[in-house]
Amino acid sequence: MSEEPTYALPQSDSESAPYWEGIQQGELRIQFCTACRRHVFYPRMLCPHCHSDQLIWVTASGRGIIYSYTVVHRAFGPFAAEAPFIIAIVELEEGVRLMTRLINTPRERVRIGAPVQVTFDRVSGRPALPFFRLAE
Amino acid sequence: MSRASAPRSPRAAIVGVAESDLGYTPDKTVLQLQAQAARAALEDAGFSFDEVDALFCAGNWSWSPTLTLAEYLGLRPRYSDSTNIGGSSFEAHIEHAVAAIEAGLIEVALIVYGSTQRSDRSRGRISPTYRLTEQFEGPFGLPTPVGAYALAAMRHMHQFGTTSEQLAEVAVATRKWAMLNEKAMMRDPITIQDVLASRWIAEPLHLLDCCLVTDGGGAVVLASAQRARQARKPPVWVLGHGEAHTHATIANMPDLAVHQAAIASGRAAFAMAGLRPEEIDVVEIYDSFTITVIMTLEALGFCQLGEGGAFVSGQRTAPGGPFPMNTNGGGLSYCHPGMYGIFLLIEATRQLRGECGPRQVPGARLALAHGTGGVLSSAATVLLGKD
Repeated sequence: MSEEPTYALPQSDSESAPYWEGIQQGELRIQFCTACRRHVFYPRMLCPHCHSDQLIWVTASGRGIIYSYTVVHRAFGPFAAEAPFIIAIVELEEGVRLMTRLINTPRERVRIGAPVQVTFDRVSGRPALPFFRLAE
Repeated sequence: MSRASAPRSPRAAIVGVAESDLGYTPDKTVLQLQAQAARAALEDAGFSFDEVDALFCAGNWSWSPTLTLAEYLGLRPRYSDSTNIGGSSFEAHIEHAVAAIEAGLIEVALIVYGSTQRSDRSRGRISPTYRLTEQFEGPFGLPTPVGAYALAAMRHMHQFGTTSEQLAEVAVATRKWAMLNEKAMMRDPITIQDVLASRWIAEPLHLLDCCLVTDGGGAVVLASAQRARQARKPPVWVLGHGEAHTHATIANMPDLAVHQAAIASGRAAFAMAGLRPEEIDVVEIYDSFTITVIMTLEALGFCQLGEGGAFVSGQRTAPGGPFPMNTNGGGLSYCHPGMYGIFLLIEATRQLRGECGPRQVPGARLALAHGTGGVLSSAATVLLGKD
């Protein structure tokens, strides 16, 4: 194949724009419900816990633990050439979970419960994303 | 478990079931496959197309599959339901059709599915942009659905000590059933070692932990109790049903080690039927991946949470074992055209009719068909019995 792989882009919208602007600026932004005082991810108009609309944006610490992970050996489209790579669901200190990719992380050190830290390292040709790596 | 309520007399029965051509069908469109299955299921029931007053289907081949399919089949249904909650949609269609029959709105429902995903090579196609809730997961490159089930399997192993060998037990036992089904795609025997030696797809899932990618279709005819008595074959009664969903994206699954949608759908179905899990003679459980089966057995109460791996060990679910499961060879070895739920109902019905030849479970009187859809997102359970 002579074509460069092209990555589909996440389509920012009026609700997610603060999140994606944060990623560009090196900040992981999530929502906080001022009614039930719980954090919320992904961004929504109504809190999924108490259904209040009193949601504000906050900057997350960027620290969390690996809740689960998989080493992907067979992927599709532009991701196929990147395999194997490690996808994780990270549980942030704030209590919400998100999907991410672990980068600069040796396979043998990955385990559920391991502390991780967000990193905004850019991967060539890719949209900016919140990746994670093992915490120092 | 105490009985939640006295069982009601059944209001509806499955009276016809059929598959279309299965496997690789590049010469057929998705509409042809569904027409084939629909005609054969109606013939099985001894009913005509003219007697159908409700159409149920699910699929991503049309923005409105019931409109397209009804026109193609020459039907003018007065009740239409294209609920799509993934592979469990057809068990949910049973629930919705029974409700419509109980409400007096319909008498004969036709539930149809078809897919040409293998011929289309559509699996794994990358969408041009990640919109709405996809924007937070798609860009990381997880292959779905397999990667999501791998995340659940890894969590299940961490929390309960489930092993790769235990996952492999499911694939091996299911293959033994497929060897007894001439319609099954994969009929060569496999061992636990074969499963463990097959290539990684997404750890901890190997190739042989994953369902097939095939073409195919199926249809089920459901009738009111009164109309069921006029069918060509004895009715297979719907004794209980339940459905639930908990999430759509895997990061939002409440607990990756627990299939909570199946806990809810199973409880509802067993309570309605006034039955307990140990009373069921044959179970057909959606096996998109080996982990799906283990988590579903736990959720439905066939064993405790975390004990699913031990429950399937020692080939307990294989032919001749104490727990006959996925007796057609399942999505792992028989066929899996994208959304498999319709085939669970077809096989459960045939087992209760005693039509299964070499794979027949002797004396089966009560059957369970359980669909799981999305990324362990949705569940629908149907309990069936014969007179």
